[in-house]
Amino acid sequence: MVKRFVSIWFRELKTDWFTIRQPPLSHVPFVICIADHGRMIITGINSLATKAGITSGMLVADARAIVPHLQVQEDVPDLPEKLLKRLAEYCIRFTPFAAIDLPDGLILDASGCTHLWGSDQKYLDEINNRLTARGYHIRSGMADSIGTAWAIARFGKISPIATPGGNAAALLPLPAAALRLEKETVERLTRLGLRYINDFISMPRSAMRRRFGEAFIIRLNQALGNEPEIIAPLHPIEPWQERLPCLEPIAHATGIEIALQKLLQRICHRLQQAQKGLRKAILKTFCIDGRIESIEIGTNRPSHNVVHLFKLFEPKINSLAPGLGIELFILDALNVTDAIALQENVWKQESGLHNIKLSELLDRIAGRFGLEHIHRYLPAQHYWPGRSIKQALSLDEQPTIGWKIEHPRPLQLLPVPEPIEVTAPIPDYPPMLFRYKGKLHKIIKADGPERIEQEWWIQEGQHRDYYYAEDETGNRYWLFRSRHYTADKKTRWFIHGFFA
Amino acid sequence: MQPSKTDIIARLQKELLHLQGHKNSLYDALPSFDLGPMKKAFPNAVFPAGAIHEFFCFGMEDMAVTNGFIAVLLAALMHNNGAVIWIGKNRNVFPPSLVSFGIAAEKIIFIDLQKEKDILWTTEEALKCEGITAVIAEIQELGFTSSRRLQLAVEQSRVTGFIIRPHPRNLATACIARWKISSLESVQEDGLPGVGFPSWNIELLKIRNGKPGEWQVVWAVDHFRYISKTIIHIPAQQKKTG
Repeated sequence: MVKRFVSIWFRELKTDWFTIRQPPLSHVPFVICIADHGRMIITGINSLATKAGITSGMLVADARAIVPHLQVQEDVPDLPEKLLKRLAEYCIRFTPFAAIDLPDGLILDASGCTHLWGSDQKYLDEINNRLTARGYHIRSGMADSIGTAWAIARFGKISPIATPGGNAAALLPLPAAALRLEKETVERLTRLGLRYINDFISMPRSAMRRRFGEAFIIRLNQALGNEPEIIAPLHPIEPWQERLPCLEPIAHATGIEIALQKLLQRICHRLQQAQKGLRKAILKTFCIDGRIESIEIGTNRPSHNVVHLFKLFEPKINSLAPGLGIELFILDALNVTDAIALQENVWKQESGLHNIKLSELLDRIAGRFGLEHIHRYLPAQHYWPGRSIKQALSLDEQPTIGWKIEHPRPLQLLPVPEPIEVTAPIPDYPPMLFRYKGKLHKIIKADGPERIEQEWWIQEGQHRDYYYAEDETGNRYWLFRSRHYTADKKTRWFIHGFFA
Repeated sequence: MQPSKTDIIARLQKELLHLQGHKNSLYDALPSFDLGPMKKAFPNAVFPAGAIHEFFCFGMEDMAVTNGFIAVLLAALMHNNGAVIWIGKNRNVFPPSLVSFGIAAEKIIFIDLQKEKDILWTTEEALKCEGITAVIAEIQELGFTSSRRLQLAVEQSRVTGFIIRPHPRNLATACIARWKISSLESVQEDGLPGVGFPSWNIELLKIRNGKPGEWQVVWAVDHFRYISKTIIHIPAQQKKTG
């Protein structure tokens, strides 16, 4: 496939931004400056000021001498980077592959995109019109290689579009600086009288490498498209992504639902064919006013069930604010894993944990209340009651050890043991009486003690002597004493659970 | 052969049950478990699985005993395979203890929610889900309408629902059965010291198309042992509801 790249040059990126925020500035010459060693150095100039003869790097005082009514604005640090990032995000509507080209440009990989707008010319016109309408002064160029597109955008005089395969022809009349060379190399070329690319393009490469270095040859080859150039896209392309651009902006919930249904159907069809399912998906909406909103869902088990996934998204649609309207929907499957196709079970309804309906139910609950409300426990290799269970990480996780049943454990376990007042004979007998929540219980029968030691490598503390006790009404309790009887310290008793 | 009188009566009773909206197929018997004399209280002497049962309890001790009885029923329902959802507000159930009742505790999914409304919504959604065996929910205030919704959900999916109601106020519900379990002094054979097998007083306050009753049982590891004579009684207020 023929590669096509678009390079966009924001000639007055910073001043354009100030003008957009303060429209009156568009009619007056103004500059942006930065304080440096007590002087104000100009870093950005608008077109009116440029016409008056002000250049970058000049001092504000000098510039004021040329234009007395010059407006001065303070520079914002890292402004170009932030602005370009936002603009690149905006340009994702033209191609999924948009990259930042510091300090003042963008690079779009338009391969296979232009026909959607009709032709290369219409595609580029659309970009120019959209960005100009936002208030930016831009120049753009399109070619088969990034280097040539860059050169045309900045130095081209004939046509902004180099025909496919016409890289060299487009480059010939351009000055040497169009090759993105270092300043010294350009100066050396100029001194030798090689002002235009035309002058040196046919020279033997070995001679040029000796004189101007390897970097020069690489740049030349990159411009001609002989050497691949790697750029980092703003958003790495998601293989599991579906886009839905809208002819008319959508501003109501029904429209969003229809769009979501369409996207889900497409992505689920693809997933099904690849025998995969998604675990996490995000729906992004691009609004007319430049805002991007998103809603996200997660599933317990890889799923490519349109109805189920739609149900998960449904309650969240209300949180999207379409504003003036949404013009582009993007559905990203962030986490895609293999889904084993289940054979239809004709005879027996399996009702274990592997049931799809169960995982779909849990997805719905998690979507509504959050995953932290759902717990499943597995046995852990500890005797200490609080640590003898651990949370299962997923529905598929199986216990690696068996549950311990040799000692009785209460059905109701208090999250924190509560202190009780007891009357107990010394040394190791269960209490005779205990008072819990103001009620006196007389213990008739008891088993124990079962000593559980603190795990010193996890937590410091006293051991516990647990008793399984029954009171006069037949209620059964789990009580413990939390240390040995000693003369100096008071021994404390606690209630920790209730038996059936 | 002429059908005997009892056969005819049995057939007519079945037809009557059917007319009362009590579909026979709805209730699956508790597999591999015999409830003993208690089952005479149920319609057709079959424990109504696939229906909503509510349990009254007052206090933590009652809760533990109720959970114990539910655990016995769950173990029979699950056959060690089904999944169970346990929904609660201040849930204190300790999963390892369920293992001693014969339940694979890792098959239980606990959902902890704070609002009654959320618990009701989740319970209804869970009861509608055919992929699970039983749903246990702790709901304090269950109105007639919501209990009817739960019962309708269950009739489609045949999931068994156990609603635990701590300190209930509203008594008019559409549940099939209403239980109250309380603890009894444990019995130790031969007068040995220590705590014996758990003993419970099981009250079936209400059962649709059945006979309420009260039993004293001992849970002896894998079966019930009945202690004293079963008393069948019908409380006056229960005749009206249901």
